[in-house]
Amino acid sequence: MKFTKLLKPIAAAVMLASPVAMAELAYVSNEKDDTISVIDLDTMQVTDTIEVGERPRGILFSKDFSKLYICASDSDTVQVMDLKTKQIIKELPSGEDPEQFALHPNDRHLYISNEDDALVTIVDTETSEVLAQIDVGVEPEGMAVSPNGKIAVNTSETTNMVHWIDTTTYELIDNTLVDQRPRHVEFSKDSKILWASSEIGGTVSIIDVDSRQIFKKLNFEIKGVHPDRVQPVGVRLTDDGKYAFVALGPANHVAVVDAKTYEILEYVLVGRRVWHMDLNTDQTKLLTTNGISGDVSVIDISKMKAVKSVKVGRYPWGVKVKS
Amino acid sequence: MNIVMGWHCFKGVLIREFLRFVQQRSRFLSALVRPLLWLVVFAAGFRAALGISIIQPYDTYITYETYIAPGLCCMILLFNGMQSSLSMVYDREMGSMRVLLMSPLPRPYLLLCKMIATALISLTQVYAFLFIALMVDVEPPVIGYLSVLPALVLVALLLSSLGLFLSTQIKQLENFAGIMNFVIFPMFFLSSALYPLWKMQEASDWLYWICMINPFTHAVELVRFALYTQLNTDALMITAGTTLLFTLLAVTGFRPQKTGR
Repeated sequence: MKFTKLLKPIAAAVMLASPVAMAELAYVSNEKDDTISVIDLDTMQVTDTIEVGERPRGILFSKDFSKLYICASDSDTVQVMDLKTKQIIKELPSGEDPEQFALHPNDRHLYISNEDDALVTIVDTETSEVLAQIDVGVEPEGMAVSPNGKIAVNTSETTNMVHWIDTTTYELIDNTLVDQRPRHVEFSKDSKILWASSEIGGTVSIIDVDSRQIFKKLNFEIKGVHPDRVQPVGVRLTDDGKYAFVALGPANHVAVVDAKTYEILEYVLVGRRVWHMDLNTDQTKLLTTNGISGDVSVIDISKMKAVKSVKVGRYPWGVKVKS
Repeated sequence: MNIVMGWHCFKGVLIREFLRFVQQRSRFLSALVRPLLWLVVFAAGFRAALGISIIQPYDTYITYETYIAPGLCCMILLFNGMQSSLSMVYDREMGSMRVLLMSPLPRPYLLLCKMIATALISLTQVYAFLFIALMVDVEPPVIGYLSVLPALVLVALLLSSLGLFLSTQIKQLENFAGIMNFVIFPMFFLSSALYPLWKMQEASDWLYWICMINPFTHAVELVRFALYTQLNTDALMITAGTTLLFTLLAVTGFRPQKTGR
């Protein structure tokens, strides 16, 4: 009896602790399969494959991780998935061909780039109302909202510009010319610096947000890889401001950059045509989607080495980790 | 034969091999330079051109250097196995073989001692190579350096038994160089040492099947898996089987008096 009495609080503690110990899951959009793969980061196995709209590309979570927003590009909509039921519960009016999007820190306003229409559409995720449509350059792609919520940024692939949008007036306030085919933008945590990758230019421009001027440009050089193959796409920064990771597309490497000195520290070999990335919750692992090889590589940040590649669907595009 | 005698004999053979190895520093260097050239010069060209696709035992994409490192470890063992058989032919021609054969111990035991001694000497070179390979980012797990040891011993025994068997078939030292060319190069190139087997199959089915029946392929795979703390049972069975076969052939075919003179 005494023994069972002793066990009870231990069992209760274990039960209470279990939600904390729940495995982290990575959600991966498979562009060609119209599915989302779910990877358990403890076992590094795909545990679920969920059918979604056509050509899913950009994905992101609501703040509380209860919903997943999916850019279903060829369905011309942003789908909202309830992560408990894994059902699509809503489709938002995204405008045509949504590719990338960003959620405002208010957890309501979704900024969506419409590649075919040269527009940025702002949608209220609760009311499904289109709040504004802003004209930007040709083929808008990268989208980000500053962590302080004041500025949204969009890149246009053909105009080669970063477009600055005031999130209170929904007006375009400035443009910054960057190198050819800007694909992705990422703010530093303090909202002071913006990183913009240029796929054809092969560079990453680092821009001061206040002056909207480029103050540093990164060039990449990998031994044995032709410079034409070095095509920066995804950028991901660690919260501690230590590292920036740049996915170099068909160069099949991720560049590790010191986010303070802007020195390139390392190139990590991953799968073919590395596209986008995300960090796990404690930021010890970086996950990369490798489009052509159809897998996700996991980089151990303490070793700066890829430790595992997990097969997912065809042409994985975006990845987000849910704790 | 008792254990003390056996040990004494083994010690004698081992010391002789060791002394020969130490006195021929150029041999140690050349045994290291050869695979290092492959690793640093040859592999550099392929380095990033192709990340090797995920194949067992690797969990992710690897550089070409990482891929060929196990094959180059086996290359060291292959050259050493052949070199030791060359020394057998030399000993036979020079007459120093008779000194060894004066031992009252059974001949198969003497040959076994010779094989084990060669294997042990080779291992030092393999480990030296693996440590230098760290500089070009060939970084197997730390425990892998230990788990690869039995695989290396078995492969070293396989190749020195093959070398001994060849030495029983060769009458003159001059013939040996030719056999080396006909054995070492085909064995090395027609294996999974430089390219994964699926790559060979892409090129030609014939090439693939030749590689598959080449025992060196299985030796390389045994070492590759062991270096990443995994056991490749098929490779183990084939390597152990061929080692036994060549040892038997070497022992039964051994005729120390056979020379071309």
